[in-house]
Amino acid sequence: MTQQSVRNAVIIGGNRIPFARSNTAYVNASNQDMFTAALEGLVARFGLQGQRMGAVSGGAVLKHSKDFNLIRESVLGSSLDPATPAYDVQMACATGMEAIGSLANKIKLGQLESAIGGGVDTTSDAPIAVSEALRGVLLELARARTTKAKLAALAKIRPSHLAPSAPGTGEPRTGLSMGDHQALTTKAWGITREAQDELALASHKNLAAAYDRGFFNDLITPFNGLAKDNNLRADSTLEKLGKLKPAFGKNLGEQATMTAGNSTPLTDGASAVLLGSEDYARSNDLPMLANFVDFEAAAVDFVHGAEGLLMAPAYATARMLKRNNLTLQDFDFYEIHEAFAGTVLSTLKAWEDEEFCREKLGLDAPLGAIDRSKLNVNGSSLAAGHPFAATGGRIIASTAKMLHEKGSGRALISVCAAGGQGVVAILEARN
Amino acid sequence: MADKYMELVNTGVTKKLAKLLGLPRPPRLRRYSPDAPLLPGPLLILGASSSAQELSDTLVSWGLDVRRHDAGDAKLGGILLLLDEVDHPQALSPIMLTAGRALRKLLPGARVVSFSRPASADDEPAVASVRQGIDGVIRSLGREMRGGATTNGIVLEAATTPVSPSALAALRFFFSGRSAYVDGQFLTVRNEEGALPADFSQPLAGKVAVVTGAARGIGAAIARTLARDGAQVVVVDMPQAGDSLAKVANSIGATTLQLDVTATDAAQQIMDHAIGRHGSLDIVVHNAGITRDKLLANMDAARWDSVIAVNIASQLRMNEAFLAAKLLNLRIVSLASTSGIAGNRGQTNYAASKGGVIGMVRSSAKLFAENGGSIAAVAPGFIETEMTAKIPLGTRTVARMVLPSLMQGGLPEDVAEAISFLGSDAAAGLNGQVLRVCGQSLVGA
Repeated sequence: MTQQSVRNAVIIGGNRIPFARSNTAYVNASNQDMFTAALEGLVARFGLQGQRMGAVSGGAVLKHSKDFNLIRESVLGSSLDPATPAYDVQMACATGMEAIGSLANKIKLGQLESAIGGGVDTTSDAPIAVSEALRGVLLELARARTTKAKLAALAKIRPSHLAPSAPGTGEPRTGLSMGDHQALTTKAWGITREAQDELALASHKNLAAAYDRGFFNDLITPFNGLAKDNNLRADSTLEKLGKLKPAFGKNLGEQATMTAGNSTPLTDGASAVLLGSEDYARSNDLPMLANFVDFEAAAVDFVHGAEGLLMAPAYATARMLKRNNLTLQDFDFYEIHEAFAGTVLSTLKAWEDEEFCREKLGLDAPLGAIDRSKLNVNGSSLAAGHPFAATGGRIIASTAKMLHEKGSGRALISVCAAGGQGVVAILEARN
Repeated sequence: MADKYMELVNTGVTKKLAKLLGLPRPPRLRRYSPDAPLLPGPLLILGASSSAQELSDTLVSWGLDVRRHDAGDAKLGGILLLLDEVDHPQALSPIMLTAGRALRKLLPGARVVSFSRPASADDEPAVASVRQGIDGVIRSLGREMRGGATTNGIVLEAATTPVSPSALAALRFFFSGRSAYVDGQFLTVRNEEGALPADFSQPLAGKVAVVTGAARGIGAAIARTLARDGAQVVVVDMPQAGDSLAKVANSIGATTLQLDVTATDAAQQIMDHAIGRHGSLDIVVHNAGITRDKLLANMDAARWDSVIAVNIASQLRMNEAFLAAKLLNLRIVSLASTSGIAGNRGQTNYAASKGGVIGMVRSSAKLFAENGGSIAAVAPGFIETEMTAKIPLGTRTVARMVLPSLMQGGLPEDVAEAISFLGSDAAAGLNGQVLRVCGQSLVGA
């Protein structure tokens, strides 16, 4: 099936709750609480009360086992018709992108008329597991039939078993944290501390300006007493950022450049995006902000050091551009998720690098440079924070609105993810 | 129920005790329910009017048990005084004395309503005298009523009659539970404009209504009432109040618009949303308002200016934009306040803004009428909200029980009922009015 033979999937709007730094405003909120709140704000904004949506899809990266049906449970707690099907998706930080992209595909194929996609994460209410050894003993205890066998099982418990096992952002196969992985990439691409701090500062300034002009009035609904992302530092300066000590890649000594200022903090939050067919939007008098044109996932072998952990979007972008007969310069907005300032700058540098584009991407010529004034113009994750699975929905809704305001053009979205993966997408303004 | 006190003095042993001690016993008010009868019992019509028969026929068609001149020993749900043709103070005597004898037959929640003509300087002295006298009669009778019964009047201007559309609409409003906390007040019928709804339980069917400041309190009650009456509602409030706003919206099938009403493009955003998403803009309720109380001697610019900006300047700016857009049949209802009429210590800024609303409404009536629209205001008295719950208990008890004839504070729903009525097409002939919903408070009477 070719692109022409499928219908458009349009982005109608979005809603998120303000993002909160871990262990602050949302310390007592669960993933389900937050995603339900994001849904309820969306329902209220677009008058979806009692409507049966085609599907609701999303997920969380850090998830309790009791949340096996997180999105469906959120739907049941919302004002949507309880007959709305819902399912969980999980693709690390690209969860929201994958959820929304797949829903867009189903709309394009005529399988869905309307859909809500998004994601949520909390590191404040993160699941904590018992140690593997204790888990083994407890399972044995459950299987024991006699008192003697039960006592025998219990007798195997050792004090060391009681230490809980909390989730981290470490890669299971390398043991390195995501930041330490990125520190290697940042160094490999020769990204300076100053360049990273400048990107971080721009993120804060742009996000603050967007709030000031009311850009988020129809994108955010307050939650738990918070009306704005509380990681935002509108008064940040290069001087303040420059004083921070390195947080990642400390073994690089003098060459360590990544600080808490140019890396995203652990964050709690949720986002949701409303999509539909053109018919659905028209018949419900809903706005059509942008078309969801295409999306592409990529993965790299970071385990054996062939590529940096967060470089997959560079690959996905090259493939997606080719498929759509576009160049990297054919965009009016670039939304590159700021997991770390180093991630964005390494990706941009890689696209400009002839050898990388030839050897790694298999291109005759480099993808080239982008107009930096079109990059993350309303701020990104360094300022807003990054509740893993919620980031895709934040970016897609904001970008669709930017295209709608401009009235023309195209946007490239790029989100990297743990496990050496990444998802990129193209949105296009509706003329 | 305003509080535990009302429960205690109206039930069981504690009721007897309260009677013995002579404690004020605020009555339970008869509030609106779509299923309840228009009046709690038969209606006695007193006085004469050339449209009496037509009026009586209409009232019968509303399901009322109508009695003329004498109802015998029957308990009464209401008394209608036809005083629109009296021409001398002496002519009041037989009507009022008959009404007086009927008062003790009134059921709880009964209504007394009069039709009269406005007194003007061009009238014969005797005519002007009786017409102005009726004003005093109705306000005094309001203070004599018991059991949650109320007394209100309808003034018929120019060639209007008791069967003019807005006269009937006003009569129905005063009869019904919608006017539970309206007492001792007058509505003036200006012209023959207005159309009664096909279904009195859905007077706003097909209308798109925008309510500002709808996240909580009176605004949320207004949104719920307009939705109950059939309107598609758009709820507006500051972005910071968005979570409460979403809850209100989701409870009534409304859509939210997070917006600061002082934004220069607020009216445009409201029109874009209402028309773009719901097809039209028919009713705007300017409810958003703030208080920044301070004695004038201690007042600063921030307090004064913010109250003026939110409570009145924003409304003036939005109304200008609505007028410029020439929307057809647009009905505006603003929130005034008895503070703007009677004044209130510590509220010079607030009173300037709320008195300002009254001036704006009177002056804008002809402008909105040009496109078939109208404008009105409701001035609430003491209303039980989160805001007034913060007033110390003693002060609150005095404010809600001693001052108003109805001996209690009103509920947000009481204000909302009046707004819904004034925003309906049936009320078009009442253009430019300010209606007090205050339980006939002494303040600013």
